[in-house]
Amino acid sequence: MRLKIASAALAMVLAAGTQANAETLKFAFQGTYNQLDPYSLNETFSLSMHGNVYETLVRRSADLKIEPALATSWEVIEPTRWRFHLRKGVKFHNGNDFNADDVIFSADRVRAEGSDLTQVLSAEVKVEKVDDYTVDFILPGVNPILHSEWENWPIMDKEWTEANDAVKVTSASDTNPNYASLHANGTGPFKIASHEPGVKTTYTVNDSWWDEKQHNLTGAEFTPIGSDATRVAALLSGELDMAYPIPVQDIKRVDNNAGTSALTGPELRTIFLGFDQRRDELTYSNIKGKNPFKDVRVRKAFYQAIDVDAIKAKIMRGLSEPSALLISPFLFANSGDFSRYPYDPEAAKALLAEAGYADGFEVSMDCPNDRYVNDEAICQATAAFLARVGIKINLNAQPKAKYFAKVLASGGFDTSFYMLGWTPGSFDSYNILKNLNNCRDDKGTASPFNLGGYCNPKVDELTKLVLSENDEEKRNALISEAYTIINNDVSHIPLHQQGLAWGVSDKVTVTQRADNKFLLKYVNFK
Amino acid sequence: MFGFISRRIAMALVVMFVVALISFLLFRFVGDPVNQMVGVETTPEQREALRQRLGLNDPVLTQFFRYIWGAVQFDFGNSYQFKQPVADLIGRRLPATLELSFASAIFALLLGIPMGVYTGLNRDSWLSKVFLSVSLVGISLPTFFIGILFIFLFSVTLQWLPSFGRGEVVQIAPFWDTGFLTASGLKAIILPAITLGLYQMTLIMRLIRAEMLEVMRTDHIKFARARGLPNRSVYYVHALKNTMVPVITITGLQLGSIIAFAIITETVFQWPGMGILFLQAVQNVDIPIMAAYLLLTAFIFVVINLIVDLLYVVIDPRLRTERGRA
Repeated sequence: MRLKIASAALAMVLAAGTQANAETLKFAFQGTYNQLDPYSLNETFSLSMHGNVYETLVRRSADLKIEPALATSWEVIEPTRWRFHLRKGVKFHNGNDFNADDVIFSADRVRAEGSDLTQVLSAEVKVEKVDDYTVDFILPGVNPILHSEWENWPIMDKEWTEANDAVKVTSASDTNPNYASLHANGTGPFKIASHEPGVKTTYTVNDSWWDEKQHNLTGAEFTPIGSDATRVAALLSGELDMAYPIPVQDIKRVDNNAGTSALTGPELRTIFLGFDQRRDELTYSNIKGKNPFKDVRVRKAFYQAIDVDAIKAKIMRGLSEPSALLISPFLFANSGDFSRYPYDPEAAKALLAEAGYADGFEVSMDCPNDRYVNDEAICQATAAFLARVGIKINLNAQPKAKYFAKVLASGGFDTSFYMLGWTPGSFDSYNILKNLNNCRDDKGTASPFNLGGYCNPKVDELTKLVLSENDEEKRNALISEAYTIINNDVSHIPLHQQGLAWGVSDKVTVTQRADNKFLLKYVNFK
Repeated sequence: MFGFISRRIAMALVVMFVVALISFLLFRFVGDPVNQMVGVETTPEQREALRQRLGLNDPVLTQFFRYIWGAVQFDFGNSYQFKQPVADLIGRRLPATLELSFASAIFALLLGIPMGVYTGLNRDSWLSKVFLSVSLVGISLPTFFIGILFIFLFSVTLQWLPSFGRGEVVQIAPFWDTGFLTASGLKAIILPAITLGLYQMTLIMRLIRAEMLEVMRTDHIKFARARGLPNRSVYYVHALKNTMVPVITITGLQLGSIIAFAIITETVFQWPGMGILFLQAVQNVDIPIMAAYLLLTAFIFVVINLIVDLLYVVIDPRLRTERGRA
């Protein structure tokens, strides 16, 4: 009898739990969602999670075009004065009205000490209230891409933030988290119902959202799952409706499983290799007294020795797009005019011989092993390709925490040959030129992520022109000119745009954006 | 007795101090925390300012003593990733880890002891051979592999049990949320508890088996048999009792390692306990969490060792008299 009860109880236990509210989306990501303060960290995943709750003056559509959000329209009334008309009748989740004061407050806060989003709005821009629903931005100089990064600049409620003593941004060094890092009050389509960092975050629907609702969710539940195998298993077993990223080797499995499919597409991030072109002698090489990477022929030889299509086929399992530029073709209208130097080991050998390195040489390569899709495998393949033309690569692949500490400015750009990935936050080429291709000094001023110190004054000049050119066609022509110089100089070796892969249950439809932002407002249960 | 305990406590403090010092020296080699705390576009100047504010530019010893000064006041600093006090974070994760450890210890004991007794008594039966082979698997396969195997069998293929998480939890005290009171919570603990407890089960089973074989040969068992006692009484009263002393010691020490090293099991099953918190901290160079976790682990071991030492004195009268004379 007792056994019977026990087994009945067990059966009940086993039966329960698989049923869930059909309209609550359960999703997982590999990383954790930490603080809720939207200005604390400039990282795509956190920003996309904030994006369910907070809204911005302008936002990006599914195909990444800028569209009105909290601002209904804007005009450039003088070359350096932009006027934004704000949406009326919008309320924050706590019932407060959205108005010009909130915009000015947010503009101050996002540029305050501790904010990691200071680049969305230059410190020199003045923000002026014209009336309750009109705000002017007065720029120090012409800037056609003033609002390009504003999707990452959520507008906060002035009254709420002040009342809860959260005006100061919770920065990494703060000893006490403020109210805004554990609570959220936006104008967006969802509210945060509960938030336990690293464990679970739940959303409920904001029924009084001003915009037309495109989703049919009643809520959502987020769990971080760090282990790839577990994340995939949870999706396959139906416990999750959506999980990302899916490792490339599991994409087929997810597709073949009944009830789930993999959604893949090119991401905006470009993976590339770079050379130390600044030091007079390479730190990690057997060539002493000179720096072979100062010779464009050597750089071009490296470029032509690497078979990027083989990397795509074998390592990325087809999920990458070989790239001729350091920017995704999505983000630059003229990218069709550029093509990669062909893979040609014979030409590479000839170039090396011409440069005086017929017998090749030895150089160390720095590579992360937990940052980009199959980063270490790509570096290993690179080493193998270069070995065929006589270059011996000593590969130093490390976790990102160690890797970035070595190669970035804080480590003194301590590398001779490295791999890096870059997504321009503004979705614009100016960001690429400025961060990766302008001349820098030893501290990295002027071009902090130009790790190898590539320098061509003509590119610097063009970069300045690009910044202040308002006419789109002329601007694109300037960018093309800069990219042509960079390509001729082989400043870097662009490899590919890595692919993004989401696993989605067949019960739901989602919209995949190329910037890898997963937004709940597009999710529908069938 | 008082002198013994205070000597032990003084030694424990020294151990914890040394653990803290060594771990602090090791943190220099895990990487730069600042790069994990900011976005990619943060300028080198801002990064440097942050490093300065966090005190990361001070000499290691200065950082260490600042940490110890905080730790003696139970202030373990703030997590770099979560921007919350580390003591709160660990406190909130502690129930999950303790419940998992408890469940897996129960599993290991409830299965390990009977299996050990059986294999000790029936050495040549086929069932003993099955138990021994299974236990070999338990001891030789790595935990993460067993966990993933379980997930693919019981979650993906059979769809009986959840593959991750703790299910629904109930808050029974301000500092304690339990998964033992809900159906989904009970279901969720089965796979991780078995995965975590498999090694311990094997260990206990083999230990009891060896002890049983040993004890069955001793004189007092022969004498018990000669008295004509029934088998059951010989096996379970006279024999098993005598095997328990080493088992209790080992189980106690193993409990410490279950709690401290649930890291892998927690990661595979996304069990929201301390272990996964620690692993995330390592990946993100979250030094305050790493330091506090290692201190806590040292503390757990020190306390368990102390209890075991005291139990010896209580259980074994010889130790008591010798100490008394000395």
